[in-house]
Amino acid sequence: MIQFDRFELANGLKVLVHPDTTTPMAVVNILYNIGAKDENPAKTGFAHLFEHLMFGGSVNIPEYDEPLQRAGGENNAYTTNDLTNYYCQLPAENIETAFWLESDRMLSLAFSPKSLEVQRKVVCEEFKEHYINKPYGDAWHKMRTLAYTKHPYQWMTIGASLEHVEQATMEEVKDFFFKFYRPNNAILVVTGNVKTEDIKVLAEKWFGPIPAGKPYVRNLPQEPKQEKNRSIDVRADVPMDMLMMTWHMGGRFDASYHATDLLTEVLGGGASSRLYEQLIKVRQLFSSISCFHFGTIDPGLFVITGKLVKGITMSVAEKAVLEEVEKMKTELLDVKEVQKVINKTESMICFEDMSIMNRAQSLAFYELIGDASLMNDELAKYQTVTPELIQSTAKTIFSEGNRNTLYYYSNTTA
Amino acid sequence: MALDRTIAPLIKDAVDFDIQLKPYQKYTLDNGVEVYAFEGGAQEVMLMELVFFAGNSFETKNWVAPATNYLLKNGTSTKSAFEVNDAFEFYGAYLNRSCFNETATISLHTLTKHFSDVIPVVSELVADAVFPENELDIYAKNQIQQLTLNLKKGDFIANRFIDEYLFGINHPYGKYSSEDAYNSLTRSDLVDYYNKYYKEGKCIVFMAGKFPANIESTLNKYIGSLPLNKNKIEQPEHKIVAASQKKYNVVNDPSSVQGSIRIARHFPNRHHPDFAPAQVLNNIFGGFFGSRLMSNIREDKGYTYGIHSYLQNHIQQSAWLVSTDAGKDVCNATIEEVYKEMAILREELVDIDELNLVKNYMLGSLLGDVDGPFQIIGRWKSYILNGLTEEYFYNTIKTVRAIQPEQIKDLANKYLKQEDFYELVVY
Repeated sequence: MIQFDRFELANGLKVLVHPDTTTPMAVVNILYNIGAKDENPAKTGFAHLFEHLMFGGSVNIPEYDEPLQRAGGENNAYTTNDLTNYYCQLPAENIETAFWLESDRMLSLAFSPKSLEVQRKVVCEEFKEHYINKPYGDAWHKMRTLAYTKHPYQWMTIGASLEHVEQATMEEVKDFFFKFYRPNNAILVVTGNVKTEDIKVLAEKWFGPIPAGKPYVRNLPQEPKQEKNRSIDVRADVPMDMLMMTWHMGGRFDASYHATDLLTEVLGGGASSRLYEQLIKVRQLFSSISCFHFGTIDPGLFVITGKLVKGITMSVAEKAVLEEVEKMKTELLDVKEVQKVINKTESMICFEDMSIMNRAQSLAFYELIGDASLMNDELAKYQTVTPELIQSTAKTIFSEGNRNTLYYYSNTTA
Repeated sequence: MALDRTIAPLIKDAVDFDIQLKPYQKYTLDNGVEVYAFEGGAQEVMLMELVFFAGNSFETKNWVAPATNYLLKNGTSTKSAFEVNDAFEFYGAYLNRSCFNETATISLHTLTKHFSDVIPVVSELVADAVFPENELDIYAKNQIQQLTLNLKKGDFIANRFIDEYLFGINHPYGKYSSEDAYNSLTRSDLVDYYNKYYKEGKCIVFMAGKFPANIESTLNKYIGSLPLNKNKIEQPEHKIVAASQKKYNVVNDPSSVQGSIRIARHFPNRHHPDFAPAQVLNNIFGGFFGSRLMSNIREDKGYTYGIHSYLQNHIQQSAWLVSTDAGKDVCNATIEEVYKEMAILREELVDIDELNLVKNYMLGSLLGDVDGPFQIIGRWKSYILNGLTEEYFYNTIKTVRAIQPEQIKDLANKYLKQEDFYELVVY
């Protein structure tokens, strides 16, 4: 049970505090309700480029990192399709430094042309390192475009193309900032060796004077129900064939979310999962295989992907995956197998909650999706999932027409 | 009163923090196995790690040590690989194993309430792993495929080659896997290695987290009753055979858009008096986000997504490395800037303000690093395996607090000399 206090400033900034006196440290986490899905389709990669620019100095403080490091702190950030999250950890006695730094960059960035120029290059190198200079690096780009025809999950956070990032202008950067990086579009979470009364004073002092922005009303195009299976072939200089299959699933608020999560565990969680045992060990068709889902707020994708053993054809591998998938629809799971994936989830939650950093990030995420206290109800929701619910969820997800397949062929095996 | 945001809040210098490494509890099981335990934390979870002296220093045939370690959980005389995995996973426990140079480990992460359900299976793996032939076949086949894939990646190749140049292909720190190595592994290689270095091998246990009642007697029942510590295990001597050539350019993939750069030299181990002060110099040079390499090569020039320098974590002999992936057209410029930064450190005194920042950063992170039971036992484990005591912890803190710009410059003149470094780019 994670205890926390919550209050809101007049400018709309939500603040959550979770005190833990067993640690000498504190974490300050700010989640901005802006992800890659909020980008203009002609200017993708912006939310992530922006994450880089947030370290290029703010209106009153030329350097973000330096004063934080001087206070004994460390920080980082990440961007997903749904949100952008910034976090720093520092000795609790120096927590005001984090308030000073974070509030100034929420007030306004410095918008230095040099920072924009350099970070465009850095992001382009990141793009190359992860998506071009890597075998199968373009697979997700292709899969997203195949699976989503309307919804902005069709592009990755790094951007749909290098050009979008290269062409970002200062004007666009400023507009983006004042549209999304406002107190009423953010959640501040503080965890660690702190007192709520002190955090109230600090939050009012540093964040209180920042003016609210125009509320951002999200109105994204929704993905229409997919009626026909789709597939594409890719050939590239990779050492082995890869099969990637996805199915549309419900979003984070969908009643089937927890059952879907457990379904991925049954199929692909660990060396006693079905796909691992059947397809790698018994039938030896794949050298590696995994099953997971996006976990996104809007309807995401359920994924099975694996690399084929040399000599195994794509159609044999595909058929074998579909057989395992079919079993989930036609055969009711044993109670013991469901108990296993619930136990695994319980364990995962407990281990995750060990650090004040993870607790801060979870609180921020659950607050974003409605209420931070949902974090404490998660395990109970998993515990109510039955074999019947998993089966009916499997029937919905693995329904005919809902599938997208990427056949990634090695040039050397063709 | 208006808030002046240009003025930083007052801070307590991290150098003034009282950083303590909380002590462990130690006891010895009936068979002489030593247990180091740290109890604490709010969550009902725990970690048990069995450290065996079974790293690749002990193997006489390439890759026997990692293969034995990997396949330890792929079957016992009463359980198939699936049943072993299921026995842990049913309780939400994670059983991992890792092979290093001197040591190889089996680690268990579990909810405290399920420790007694899974400890018998851990015991079974140490006493009765059988290494089925077909498990070895699948392992070898799949590892070869994974290797083929990794060999397409410049950074993977670069990591292998730089270690080979530093230590030699036959040294535990310099050797690496190959298709041949996988293909020539036999079941009896693994069984022999297992019998000598695990079943009757030398073992130390590390525990952390919330423990169930009667933990000592449970450990004694399941670990203390095993025939461990039977054989006297001598750490074998391996001669370092460093390459004579210093500069390398390797073309792995002509269409690559980046080059993987590694610049490295030998460095003594933790027992050398220069090790702790060199950590300070390393941080200034390339050891954290605010380092000179990062500020210059990423934040000023945008040549790379990241550049880091670090001291390798070896017990016998370390090395000092600079590692980055940079755009193909700026690889040479990147290397030039790395050497320029070395020269500046050799020639100019570091500004006291920059040095203080690095000290604060290092001690602030250290405070965070010794927070939490798993982190605390992890640090103790590292000291114990390196033959160090808590004195090392407190001396390091003293060194960081006291070091002056002159010493930094002297160290740079001793260690950051361009001609001592191996240099490799893989395209």
